[in-house]
Amino acid sequence: MIGKFRSALGTCVMGASLALGAASVSAAELELNVEIPTLPVAEYHRPYVAIWIEGADQTIAANLAVWYQTRGDHTKWLPDLRQWWRRGGRDLKVPVDGLTGATRPVGQHILKFDAASGPLARLAPGKYELVVEAVREVGGREAVRIPFEWPVKGAKQGAARGTKELGAVALKLNP
Amino acid sequence: MKTKLTGMSLLLLAFAPGVGLAARAWLLPSQTVLARSGGWVTVDAAMADDLFSFNQGALPLDALVVTGPDGQPVAGQNIAKGKTRSSVDLELRQPGTYRIAVADDMVMARWEEAGKPKRWRGAPAEMATGIPAAAEKLELQQMQRRVETFVSVGAPTELKGNGTGLELVSTTHPNDLYAGETTKFRFLLDGKPAQDLAVEIIAGGTRYRDAPNGMQLKSDKDGVVSVKWPAAGLYWVDASVEDEHATVPKVKKRRASYNATFEVLTQ
Repeated sequence: MIGKFRSALGTCVMGASLALGAASVSAAELELNVEIPTLPVAEYHRPYVAIWIEGADQTIAANLAVWYQTRGDHTKWLPDLRQWWRRGGRDLKVPVDGLTGATRPVGQHILKFDAASGPLARLAPGKYELVVEAVREVGGREAVRIPFEWPVKGAKQGAARGTKELGAVALKLNP
Repeated sequence: MKTKLTGMSLLLLAFAPGVGLAARAWLLPSQTVLARSGGWVTVDAAMADDLFSFNQGALPLDALVVTGPDGQPVAGQNIAKGKTRSSVDLELRQPGTYRIAVADDMVMARWEEAGKPKRWRGAPAEMATGIPAAAEKLELQQMQRRVETFVSVGAPTELKGNGTGLELVSTTHPNDLYAGETTKFRFLLDGKPAQDLAVEIIAGGTRYRDAPNGMQLKSDKDGVVSVKWPAAGLYWVDASVEDEHATVPKVKKRRASYNATFEVLTQ
């Protein structure tokens, strides 16, 4: 598409065509930074984490990530992600390619989603909440929420912070 | 399933609701929400006023009826009868909701024989052999009892009644209850909405507080009761009806009772 455009306009408008090309290539994007905190506990297990976009009707509009113990069969603990489970986790048959994965270690985890593909492609315009829920074996459970609007009109940022099981969660929306 | 009850169970039944001196009957599932099929739950059954401590007597499982998501019966395994509680293991082979119930339909008779009081309890079909034809001052009452709980594998599925006695059907699913949210339960009597039904709901852990703090509710014209859950935990639901609409020939009086155990989850 870009190539066709460029050849039709010729080299004299190269600058303009590049700018147009850049706009259509780098589509809107949702970027997340999720912190799994260091916890001073004797027995530590990495948390199960679910990250999803919840609609105003409180159903899951898009699942973004589900991290659980994938070595061995430990799916029996998925309902402990209580909110995710009731909102739609229970209707999902795991594993799901591109969605589910192994638990993550302590630290910052950056996730990027393209608006035009994957889980965001089918997201209807409206008000949503990004939800991150974490639950840890012999530990606690916590969920944080960041409200946002879709589609992205201008660059926006949102943040939330957990008090125990989650650290800082940052949402960046790029148009 | 409606076998004759013996020994301890008869003694306990003699003190069953309706006679006064009622010990609360309840089932206690090891968990109510499971991720996938192929797992097991254990259900304890007891009659004890302290919810949910087994400190009075066992609830017999002779009348245990477990219905799977497909409507087919599920056989209990490792059924054990202890002094303080009965117990059963259930293998949950398919996704959906399982209705686990101790449900029976009996007739209770009292009469006098040569001036002495006599009583009998049994299945309606055994009335002719259990009650002498010449019984004097005969009093009969049908006793429809349902004590149940629910377990769901994956997403909960719709609950249907079977049209006899006092029952609960899906409005809010009993495996979809959360603290701070309002639930609507629908009660049916003989398959029709149970209007103006008094329902009491008591949180478990009664031993650890000074008052039962039961919630007293009443059903509307559609048999619907609304309850807002104050906190997560196990709850016991109690309702009963006494009327003159017995469904057994020659019997007029009827008592239909309903008890259920629900788990309310954190928000």
